[in-house]
Amino acid sequence: MSSLPVSTSTHSSLRWAVSDVLTIARRNLMSLVRIPVAIVFMIIQPIMFVILFRYVFGGVIQIPTTSYVNYLIPGILVQTMIFGSVGTAIGLAEDLQKGLIERFRALPMARLAVLAGRTISDMFRNVIVLVIITGVGFLVGFRPQGGFVAYIQASLLMLLFAYCLSWGFAFIGLAAPNSEAAQAITFPIIFPLTFASSIFVLVSTMPSWLRPFAINQPISQTATAVRGLMLGEAHGQSTWISLAWAVGTILVLAPLAVNRYRKVA
Amino acid sequence: MLSMSDYAVEAFDIVRTFSGGDVRALDGVSLQVPTGQVFGLLGPNGSGKTTMVRILATILSPTSGSATVAGFDVVKQPNQVRRHIGLAGQNATVDENLTGFENLRMIGLLNHLNKAYVVAKSRLLLDDFGLGDAANRITKTYSGGMRRRLDLAAALVANPPILFLDEPTTGLDPQSRQDLWAIIERLVEGGTTVLLTTQYLDEADRLAKQLVVLDHGKIIAEGTSAQLKAQMGTTVLTLSFASTDDASRVHPLIADLSLKPANVEGTVIEMTVDNGPAVTADALRRIDAAGISLSGLALREPSLDDVFLNLTGHKAEEPTAEDVTPTDRRTKRRANA
Repeated sequence: MSSLPVSTSTHSSLRWAVSDVLTIARRNLMSLVRIPVAIVFMIIQPIMFVILFRYVFGGVIQIPTTSYVNYLIPGILVQTMIFGSVGTAIGLAEDLQKGLIERFRALPMARLAVLAGRTISDMFRNVIVLVIITGVGFLVGFRPQGGFVAYIQASLLMLLFAYCLSWGFAFIGLAAPNSEAAQAITFPIIFPLTFASSIFVLVSTMPSWLRPFAINQPISQTATAVRGLMLGEAHGQSTWISLAWAVGTILVLAPLAVNRYRKVA
Repeated sequence: MLSMSDYAVEAFDIVRTFSGGDVRALDGVSLQVPTGQVFGLLGPNGSGKTTMVRILATILSPTSGSATVAGFDVVKQPNQVRRHIGLAGQNATVDENLTGFENLRMIGLLNHLNKAYVVAKSRLLLDDFGLGDAANRITKTYSGGMRRRLDLAAALVANPPILFLDEPTTGLDPQSRQDLWAIIERLVEGGTTVLLTTQYLDEADRLAKQLVVLDHGKIIAEGTSAQLKAQMGTTVLTLSFASTDDASRVHPLIADLSLKPANVEGTVIEMTVDNGPAVTADALRRIDAAGISLSGLALREPSLDDVFLNLTGHKAEEPTAEDVTPTDRRTKRRANA
């Protein structure tokens, strides 16, 4: 054994942890290269939402301050990023189901690496999807006036928010018996949060009992912040509230997911 | 240098319960695996074999008891244990979307080995295991036998001195099994210690120098396969008939000659006897007197199958090739207990 070129003594464990995370992330991203159609599936749904709301329902939705397409696209982008983070649950559930996690757990690698590698590769995938859907938005008439810097800030905000959320989905993926169940569990969480929100319509048009939830829930706050930044409109404290939710989510859910990873067997 | 004691793996009174204590997967298992040989863990589905391997591979912690692998405590020093083991088996698989080479490289890098070494070692293993031509193909396209060989190769990238093989040939065709057996024998010649779980008695017989037989989470027998057979001290007499009708008519006539209840299966009666020739003559006289003719007769030394039947009162279950997820496996109980 001593002849093996293992060099643990000369490298810090942190360096190996980073190396493990990158190895896992790279492995996850390879599946995008091998199954490129997966990206197509990820962009079909948001494109359908764009068409549905821009051209089918859009005519009856009035936004006082801007055109509906300008209101809609930032919301669609936020929704798409959040749907993308659901992929973390499905990916981990699949790895668990197929026995890859079993193999990883018997390796002298950093414990966090499987989860961190997964969430990071899912975020990278989200970046690709974000670029594509942004392009689709411009094609259908999206004309944000907030400036380039604010646009990048908005994009980073929703990527970060989705990244933090994906740690929660990591927990679900590890707790679910299989990938189908993981997907089924996420649906009732995601559906009310994305639709009872400011993503598609003004919250002020909703019934009074729903409004408090719809205004204050984290996805609405994120959508409001992203829209405000992109369109150059006032959006109050939404950016900070969204950031607070993101940080709070990861602080609470990441330890839960890591703990679950330790126990899952 | 690594100082390895005489035993590569030692386990003391391992207990593992699931579902809040309702299921006792392991119920006080102790074993000592001598360095440099194949040690067999034999038992039917649900007997606790896989649970035992997962505890030794640091995937699962024991409810109570302790174990060392390569001299390191599996609970207190899991990372040291992981540096000395390779795990392959039906529950630890490769990534379908990566090529064979990419899979080995990934495992090598996750073992924190030098990149150049990993690349060279991966190529070597792929060539060695007859996967050289398929090295750059996605493993989704591999046959069952190729996958198992890749599985085993993945467990070997880091040159571990101790190898855990959890039912390595379950679901494989006879040729692939032979190939895998030959690879395992070669590894042991090279000094590797192998802990092998299997429900195939012929596999244990062929590969394992020492065996323990597990049933319901307990060791019910241990020794060499010759010792286990000798423990029987008996011979198996098999009588076959032209029809099931004949067999069931003969059964009551000769049942008293068998040491244990004679086993009737279709047209065949199997009996455990102590004095083969004499009992055979006696049985033949009775069958002749009843006017029934035999279509076949065999007298043989007991196989491990018989040992198993003798020890547990039930046959070793027919293995199935179905996919068993870790979750299923956890709660899976023997179907025909």
